[in-house]
Amino acid sequence: MKLLGKYVDKGMQGNVTLMPEESEDMWHAYNLIAEGDSVRSTTIRKVQNETATGSSTSSRVRTTLTIAVESIDFDTQACVLRLKGRNIEENPYVKMGAYHTLDLELNRKFELRKPEWDTIALERIEMACDPTQSADVAAVVMQEGLAHVCLITASMTLVRSKIEVSIPRKRKGNVQQHEKGLAKFYEQVMQSILRHVNFDVVKCVLIASPGFVRDQFYDYMFQQAVKLDYKLLLENKSRFMLVHASSGFKHSLKEVLQDPAVIAKMSDTKAAGEVKALEQFYMMLQCEPAKAFYGKKHVLRAAEAQSIETLLISDNLFRCQDVNLRKEYVNLVESVRDAGGEVKIFSSMHISGEQLAQLTGIAALLRFPMPELEDSDDDDDEDGAAGGDNSDSD
Amino acid sequence: MSRHRIVRGMDYNDEYDGYDDVYGHSVDDDCVSPTDQQWLYDRARGQQSMSAFISKNKNIEEEAEAEDDDDEAYQKARRDSESFQMPELDEMEQAKLSSCVDEVRSVVGDAVSERRIVETSMRFDYNIQQILDEILNDETNKKEKEKELEKRPQKLKITAPKTALITTTPKPTPTKITLAAQKDARRGFDIASPKAPASPVVSGRNTPVDGGDEATRSSAINASFKISKDQAQRNAQQLYSLERSTQKSHIHMIVIGHVDAGKSTLMGHLLYDTGNVSQRVMHKHEQESKKLGKQSFMYAWVLDETGEERARGITMDVGQSRIETATKIVTLLDAPGHKDFIPNMISGATQADVALLVVDATRGEFESGFELGGQTREHAILVRSLGVNQLGVVINKLDTVGWSEERFQEIVHKLKAFLKQAGFKESDVSFTPCSGLTGENLTKRAQEPALKSWYSGSHLLDVIEHFKVPERAIDRPLRMSVSDIYKGTGSGFCISGRIETGVLCLNDKVLVGASREQAQVKALTMDELTQTSVFAGDQISVTLAGVDINNITVGCIICDPQLPIPVTTRFQCRIIVFNVKVPITMGYPVLLHHQSLIEPAVVCKLTASIHKSTGEVVKKKPRCLGNNSCALVEVETSRPICIERYSDFKELGRVMLRVAGVTIAAGMVTKIR
Repeated sequence: MKLLGKYVDKGMQGNVTLMPEESEDMWHAYNLIAEGDSVRSTTIRKVQNETATGSSTSSRVRTTLTIAVESIDFDTQACVLRLKGRNIEENPYVKMGAYHTLDLELNRKFELRKPEWDTIALERIEMACDPTQSADVAAVVMQEGLAHVCLITASMTLVRSKIEVSIPRKRKGNVQQHEKGLAKFYEQVMQSILRHVNFDVVKCVLIASPGFVRDQFYDYMFQQAVKLDYKLLLENKSRFMLVHASSGFKHSLKEVLQDPAVIAKMSDTKAAGEVKALEQFYMMLQCEPAKAFYGKKHVLRAAEAQSIETLLISDNLFRCQDVNLRKEYVNLVESVRDAGGEVKIFSSMHISGEQLAQLTGIAALLRFPMPELEDSDDDDDEDGAAGGDNSDSD
Repeated sequence: MSRHRIVRGMDYNDEYDGYDDVYGHSVDDDCVSPTDQQWLYDRARGQQSMSAFISKNKNIEEEAEAEDDDDEAYQKARRDSESFQMPELDEMEQAKLSSCVDEVRSVVGDAVSERRIVETSMRFDYNIQQILDEILNDETNKKEKEKELEKRPQKLKITAPKTALITTTPKPTPTKITLAAQKDARRGFDIASPKAPASPVVSGRNTPVDGGDEATRSSAINASFKISKDQAQRNAQQLYSLERSTQKSHIHMIVIGHVDAGKSTLMGHLLYDTGNVSQRVMHKHEQESKKLGKQSFMYAWVLDETGEERARGITMDVGQSRIETATKIVTLLDAPGHKDFIPNMISGATQADVALLVVDATRGEFESGFELGGQTREHAILVRSLGVNQLGVVINKLDTVGWSEERFQEIVHKLKAFLKQAGFKESDVSFTPCSGLTGENLTKRAQEPALKSWYSGSHLLDVIEHFKVPERAIDRPLRMSVSDIYKGTGSGFCISGRIETGVLCLNDKVLVGASREQAQVKALTMDELTQTSVFAGDQISVTLAGVDINNITVGCIICDPQLPIPVTTRFQCRIIVFNVKVPITMGYPVLLHHQSLIEPAVVCKLTASIHKSTGEVVKKKPRCLGNNSCALVEVETSRPICIERYSDFKELGRVMLRVAGVTIAAGMVTKIR
């Protein structure tokens, strides 16, 4: 992302002009833009003209529109951001108040105006514009009959394709069907790598599996590459890396990102850091349960006592519709920082972020044990539990 | 035979009004034999209340009383532990006693009252081994009694379909509910499971067929799938006795143990010795393995058939073969021992009735397999949680330690304590010394003088011979779990798996998987022999017609169209947490193993942590679950799966949760949403 202009006044009101350069920037934009903001960008609009005689002609015009955002839609697979809202600026083609849907495009600048810029949003811009953070890794997690081809960028894990082939079991005197099924499966995975992995961007390709599937696949792939002359694969042979994972399901990526060899290769990507932080939280919960808490109520209480050392928070909490709720979370982050704590904002597109989002989205490691938190909540938690039960049982 | 003639003469279409012809028929009054009649409760004959009826009937009364007694005893035991005063002893005795009690507690848990432990310890003069034996044996006796009691009403039920055949106007209440309402037999863990409400078995939420109550739903299904009269009115027990009474009983045995314990070699040698592998094939294996410089693998090659397995010298998938003993047909399932292939082993173990645990007697090898993280431990716990309760332990490779009795006893001692903790009854565990490579003590009694000098017990084949055949649930609705899908010879495709409950016959209509697609059985084979009907416990392959191969996945369940299996994405289960590195919190991603199915799932709610033995709620909504805790949790899968409550179908109500290649919890389904 390129920052083209930033005018934020003391009251934290103002606008920012940005230019997304790669698909990941769309994710950042998605996290930046909230309902109620106004966005100005060039777009294509179909305009209908009615002549005096009554015949109508329609034409497509490229024009610049400013809309007040009413709904935001992010397509994770295509990395496209769609913003729907009413036109709020005079335009020769579009009436005031008319609805339009803006498709943000790569390499086209857009201007974002917010009634109030908070630190989280400003940080997000900084992070998005930091060029050093782009270390793309492709990962294939597989087991017999199941494979996920994923692309891990700084703040997103995208499942590019999921391959599911049912492979017949080996049975007495009928091993061929098993081996044929396996070959078909490997072929599909290889084709998927060829199609989805862009070796210009991707630094390394991790192949992870339990048992010997990865070795078998690796051998198969390069045999085929030699046989069929896939230059792309042969040239990039050194970028492939074999790692252990316990299964072919998506959340095994977590194990992959914890592998020391992978950490060394990926050095400081956000994905690996997040996995590590979450792991630390779980370890703390095991060893000293009074120093690790999750859930908004507990964490807010701990923050009041200024005891939070590390705050883990999922970015989907900041994307909520409710302005006040967002403000609450922003204040929490700021108060933790003021108290000298560390704040880790997890991307909900990563595996670890997904897990954190399931774990209420917010967790904290404390400086000192606060066992009273655990005891005190029983009675007031009951209400929440009862409420939750009601909604669940429907 | 006169009864049957009446049936044949009947005009079925007149009688048939959809719903009434469902699986179970109620017993009607006018057609029950007089001897049966006195045991049957019937409101129409002036037996106004169930309780009055029960008090009039001696047999049933006895059961009720016994259960009450049991309850009372239990209550007393509980009260005991609360208000039990330690006997007065001198200091030395006191210390001995308390350490003894602690030791016993660590094995039996809190299930046994303090008084019992203290009394027993004093009786046996603080000999821990004896005390444990006494207490555990007593426990098992109690359970046996319970089981006995549970069987009784089942007998009553079995007579029902027989009589139903001649009924002219069957009542719409299915009789099989009686069983569901009974207390479930406690296999697996010893946790008091909740009494199942006397509701129909089918309680699926996300079923494609809507309609609130049971009646409308099954009539809706009936309307859409015209199943044959035959299938609807089949008498499972009769069919079973007709087909199987002359045959040997069938049993499935899984061979488990740490990697390189010699499971495949042992089985290969056993197959060779029992004449299931020809001389010629064996010779071929010998030559080929010699060529690779791995002659010790020649027996393992009998079961390890893929090139990959042979080249690496480890089993990767469950190998299957069968042997016949004097009274049994045994299907051997050779499980992989390597940690990465435990998913395969689990899918094999779900099909097994009994297990053979192979341990390596070599110094250092046994220890590495047995310590934390070794597969000896994990496998034993896994099969136990999957409902296997008979275990034969084979101390293998004893030739490498010179057939030392000392070593044998050392291993037996260590394993005994562990297996007891894992929940195996001592009477159901046997220990056999042998050598898979030399074939010592496999099918013939000990020949080796060094072994003969101290061992005169049974050989391995004998041990297998003496496994008890578990009871098969033949009269329950059909459930079959799919473990493999492949292209068969001829048209269509085959699925193979095990019939968990019920009966499956040629040309039956069945429902497949979570999508509940209808299919028809075109062929049935068991051990490469064509069959017309197969029964619970059989390992079979089925050729299906009318369903797309892409809609069947490994792990899906095939079920009866009239009493289909519930389909859900969210269910509640009671889990026991094993040794975990990090605690389980809500939102914890796990792999759910259910039969052969492996599905990613999320623990989405920790409802309550409960006491391990009493089942009382210790804490509502705990923050996390640590080691060896027991809890009620809710699990959500991304795709709908077929699952049953443990109280309805034990076989299909068990789940395993695994994370990063480690089994973190085992559980049973208590509620389906």
